[in-house]
Amino acid sequence: MDLFEHQAKELFADYGIPVPRGIVANTVEEVRAAAEELTGRVVVKAQVKTGGRGKAGGVKVADDAADAVGKATAILGMDIKGHTVHKVLVEEASAIAEEYYFSFLLDRANRTFLAICSAAGGMDIEEVAHNTPEKVAKVPVSALDGVDRAKAREIAQAGGLPERALDGAAELIEKLWNCFVDEDATLVEVNPMILSADGQVKALDGKVTLDDNAVFRQSDHEALADKASEDPLEARAKEKDLNYVKLDGDVGIIGNGAGLVMSTLDVVAYAGEAFPGKPSPANFLDIGGGASAEVMAAGLEIILSDPDVKSIFVNVFGGITACDAVANGIVSAFKLLESRGEAVTHPLVVRLDGNNAQLGRQILADAALPRVELVDTMDEAAKRAAELAAVGA
Amino acid sequence: MAIWLTENSKIIVQGMTGGEGTKHTRRMLASGAKVVGGVNARKAGITHEGLPVFGTVKEAMEQTGADVSVVFVPPAHAKAAVKEAVDAEIPLCVVITEGIPVHDSTEFWAYAVAKGNKTRVIGPNCPGIASPGASNAGIIPADITTAGRIGLVSKSGTLTYQLMYELRDIGFSTCVGIGGDPVIGTTHIDALQAFQDDPDTDAIVMIGEIGGDAEERAAAYIEEHVTKPVVAYVAGFTAPEGKTMGHAGAIVSGSAGTAQAKKEALEKVGVRVGKTPSETARLMREVMQSR
Repeated sequence: MDLFEHQAKELFADYGIPVPRGIVANTVEEVRAAAEELTGRVVVKAQVKTGGRGKAGGVKVADDAADAVGKATAILGMDIKGHTVHKVLVEEASAIAEEYYFSFLLDRANRTFLAICSAAGGMDIEEVAHNTPEKVAKVPVSALDGVDRAKAREIAQAGGLPERALDGAAELIEKLWNCFVDEDATLVEVNPMILSADGQVKALDGKVTLDDNAVFRQSDHEALADKASEDPLEARAKEKDLNYVKLDGDVGIIGNGAGLVMSTLDVVAYAGEAFPGKPSPANFLDIGGGASAEVMAAGLEIILSDPDVKSIFVNVFGGITACDAVANGIVSAFKLLESRGEAVTHPLVVRLDGNNAQLGRQILADAALPRVELVDTMDEAAKRAAELAAVGA
Repeated sequence: MAIWLTENSKIIVQGMTGGEGTKHTRRMLASGAKVVGGVNARKAGITHEGLPVFGTVKEAMEQTGADVSVVFVPPAHAKAAVKEAVDAEIPLCVVITEGIPVHDSTEFWAYAVAKGNKTRVIGPNCPGIASPGASNAGIIPADITTAGRIGLVSKSGTLTYQLMYELRDIGFSTCVGIGGDPVIGTTHIDALQAFQDDPDTDAIVMIGEIGGDAEERAAAYIEEHVTKPVVAYVAGFTAPEGKTMGHAGAIVSGSAGTAQAKKEALEKVGVRVGKTPSETARLMREVMQSR
C-alpha cells in the first residue's frame, strides 16, 4: 500500500524525523483556515499517489491565506496522471539552502535492502542515476545489521553530502531506518531531504510503501488505506477476502492460483484480438485452492455486478483442488444467487482440468445450468468466452 | 536421479500439527514421500499422523536422519522456523507459507547466507518441490504427472501443475516451485544450474511472471551456461502497472518487470517462449520428440 505524502510525513514525525508544519485540507475553506493558522508563506501541495506533481502544477507557493485559496482552487479537482486531487497539504514554506535525495528500499534482485543517497536531490532520481551515476550512492544494508548512526553517516558521506549537513542527515537517516523496519515498509523515500537556511536537515517530501503482508502485526495500517479512491468493486471484493483486481475489459475471469489467473487474462486478450471490439479481461480474480460454493458465489456476485462484463470464463486446474468440488461450487453458487433474485443471466464458459476433471464436467452437464458451456482446453475456452463477449452476449 | 530431492530424502514438517500441515503431511505420505516426523515446540513428544513430533529441527534431524524440512508455520512465526532450520543446518528447507512479511524473508535469507549457505531455502509462498516417482516435499499434487526427463522451475503453483499435467506422458525429473514473493531463497538461476548439471534432465521448462528482473537475469545465465534446451512461459502481459496480481511479487513498477521485457530477454538468448501454457507444452513436446 502506498501512502499519501501527508500520511508519510505524519509517520516520519512519529519517529522524530523533522518535517515542516502542515495541515491537510479537503476544501478551499479548510485551506484558508490552515494557511491562517500557519501564517506567512505556505506551500499548497496536491495529495496524489503518483510522481510528477510539481511539473503538473500540483505544488504552488502562496504568499498568504488569500493567495493559498486561489492556488488551492486550481489544484483541488485537478487530474494528475489519472489521479483526481481530492485533498491538499498546506505546509509552512521552508527556506531551502540545499536539496538532497534519500531512500531505503527493498532490492529484490539482491535479496537485501538498499540505501540510496545523493547530494543531487529534488528531481527525478532515476534520471540523475541514469545521466550521472557517480552522483548517486547505492549502499546495500543487511537486514541482520541494520543502520546505526555511524552507518547512517557513512551513507550520507557516500552520497556526497557536505560536511555541514552530515550530522543532521545521519540523525534523519537513522530514524528513517527505524521507521522503515518498525512499520514494515518496502520503500521510504525523502526527495528532497533539505538543508534549511538555518542548518536543519528536514524531510520536505515523503513517499512510503507498506507491506500488505505485515498487516497482521501492523494493526494501525488498515486505517491508512484510501477507501475514497478505491475502486468500488475492489473494495467489495476485499471485504469478502477475494483477490480481485478490476480491469477495463468485458470478459469476467475466475480462476485458481495467481499464475494461472494472470495467464488466463493473457490468453483471453490474445483470443479477443480475433473478434470485433476486441474483447479483453474485465478483472483478475483468484479464488485460491478451496473454491467452495461460498467463494464461487461471492466471486460470481462481484463479477456480475460489473456492468462492463458480457461473458464469464471460469478457468480451473485441479491440482490440490478437486474439479468436482469446483463444479459443485458453481452449481450451488447459481442456486444461491437465484434464491437472492440475482440469477446468472450471462454466458459462462467453464474449463475444468486436472484432478477429478471428468467428474466435475459430469456434474455440470447433469445440472444443465442455463448458459453454461463446458470447453475442454484453456485456449479454446478463452476463445469461446471472447466470442460470447463480442456478440454482446 | 533428480535435483535436490530424491527417493532417499527424509522429510520433516515444521508446523505439521496445524490444519495445512496435517493435510499435506497426509498427501505427501500417500504419494510415497518419506516423511519421518514433525516439529512443534509446544507439542514435542506426541505422535501425529503416525509420526513423532519433536521439539526442535535439530532434535528431529538427530533422531530421524531427516535432510529436508517443509515449513507450514503461519506468517507470524515463519521467520523463527526458517532460522531454526538454518541453525540446524538441514540441507533443504521448503517454505510453503504464504503471506510472510518481506522484512522477515529478507532477514532469514540474510541469515542463511551469513551461516554459510548450508541450507538451501526454497520459497516462501511456493508449492514446493517434487521429483515424480521419487519424492515430494510440499503441496504439489504428485499424481498428475509421471517420472521422466524434463526439469521444471516456476514462480507459479497452478501453472506448474498445468504443465506437469499436459506433459504427463513424457514426465519430469524434478519440478521446483520457487514462489511468487518479492524475496525468495532459490531462484530460476539456481534451478537452471542444477538441471544443467543433472544427467537425468534433458530439457528445462521455465515459468516466470511479471515483477522484478529474475527472468532477465535467468536469460543472461542461460546464454552463458545452459546448453540444454529451455522452453519458457511468462504470465502477466495484460497486467496493469502498479497493481499486485495475486502474488506479492507480481507487480509491474513503471516500465520495469513487464512480461514483454522478460519474453524479449529470453527469446534473445534462443529460448522459445510459448504464447499460452498449452503452446509452451507443445514446444516442449517438440523438443523431447526431436531428441
